[in-house]
Amino acid sequence: MNKLTVIIDYQLGNLFSVKQACDRVGLNAIISSDKSDILKADALILPGVGAFAEAMTNFKKLDLIEPLKESVKAGKPLFGVCLGQQLLFTESEEFGSSKGLDLIPGVIKKFPAYSGANNLIKVPQIGWNHIYRKNVEWRETPLENVKENAYVYFVHSYYVEPANTQNILTQTNYSGIEYCSAVTNNKNIFATQFHPEKSGQLGLGIYKKWAELFNLVNNGK
Amino acid sequence: MSKTIRVIPRLDIKGPNVVKGIHLEGLRVMGKPVDFAKYYYETGADELMFMDVVASLYERNSLHDIISETARQIFIPLTVGGGLRTLEDIKMVLRAGADKVCINTAAIKDPNIISEAALRFGSSTIVVAIEAVKQSNGQYLAYTDNGREHTGVEVLEWAKRVNQLGAGEIVITSVDREGTGDGFDIDLVKRISEMVSIPVIAHGGAGSKEHVYDVIHRANCDAVSVASMLHYDYLMKHDTSAASQSEGNVEFLKSKRAFHNFKTATLGDLKNYLIEKGISCRPPHE
Repeated sequence: MNKLTVIIDYQLGNLFSVKQACDRVGLNAIISSDKSDILKADALILPGVGAFAEAMTNFKKLDLIEPLKESVKAGKPLFGVCLGQQLLFTESEEFGSSKGLDLIPGVIKKFPAYSGANNLIKVPQIGWNHIYRKNVEWRETPLENVKENAYVYFVHSYYVEPANTQNILTQTNYSGIEYCSAVTNNKNIFATQFHPEKSGQLGLGIYKKWAELFNLVNNGK
Repeated sequence: MSKTIRVIPRLDIKGPNVVKGIHLEGLRVMGKPVDFAKYYYETGADELMFMDVVASLYERNSLHDIISETARQIFIPLTVGGGLRTLEDIKMVLRAGADKVCINTAAIKDPNIISEAALRFGSSTIVVAIEAVKQSNGQYLAYTDNGREHTGVEVLEWAKRVNQLGAGEIVITSVDREGTGDGFDIDLVKRISEMVSIPVIAHGGAGSKEHVYDVIHRANCDAVSVASMLHYDYLMKHDTSAASQSEGNVEFLKSKRAFHNFKTATLGDLKNYLIEKGISCRPPHE
């Protein structure tokens, strides 16, 4: 029997595509916003598209903050995607300041505003961009089989700025701004700003490697 | 630092079929949406766009099964448009498996749907399509219902407003060029790309690799939407007789007539050409 992966539904974002990717790599994944599912899960995926503050409000309403934090602190594997990555951090500067889950120290910043034809930085960044290494090796992470400078798919206006460089798994350069595009706590947390489930075969490979690293799928199934 | 350009095959859908018209009119049957979608996914599409081209006329919304079937097989973003009138319509399409929605008529009728949808589903989920028709005085006016309905709205003003209301992207279609293979309307695309702070997708007129390069190089757009030049290449190489024959003009398809105004190409040919010319885009086989 495959282990149980719970895709956390906090009423923001497209869970369908994350579920499709899980199915494709053989994960036994369910979508749930029930804290008992989070507590009994073998692994968690935190997806999400949308606003940071609204996400945290929904988390509180659903009473998911403590179950999630406890699960992760106890060593349960967690895969964050896009907003799901940002929520792991201490706080966001979006609409004043909002507190996050504080599982990785650092803050969320916004891309600078567009200032006309001479500064063609479009926000949101929507599209494919490169990921490359900073300090942390990709070996034994879900990126193990990914080549340096591979293209992955991004949709975002905000990015994470970890306090500690040892959390920075990848960096990306968007119109001259270099930012952190994937993080790890070097243990059970792995999270990406990009969408592996929208990054073609390469992205599916990231889900597959994550499942393998944490023994979430039976071999030969 | 050059930005990475997206190449987005666009599938116009009528009932169960992919169709293609000229100036968004005179639809011809091409084949099944899922077959085209899978082929483009496998050959290097950066995203896909489905437009239900008659939904808006008959208030019809029959795309959901096609969306779900497609979303299970492709792992790149899928944008769906055509006939989406309400927040509920948008929700249903997203739930069926679309990543983004594209609205035009509904936004013109009530611009507030843009901000409401952006708030509820996230800005980056909301793409606004603008169908521009050039007037004899050089002005561009926005049309709806695939270039049929005149709205009196001036395109540049409308684009600015769409941006302010919180749309995530704009698809700008030159109705005059659409389906002709005569090349993009560079001036139109450039003016909009440089005016708004959100990404702009150029659509309408791609007849060759050179046209695509031209609009990226000269008009500063963020993405290009391409249909006929890719579809016709696919048609010449594949047997699409499995396509549903219940709707549309299938005579054209059976005849496999030459598409004289198009220098057809595969996505791979197109992207390799762009890369050769110094455009940054994701290689076709990565």
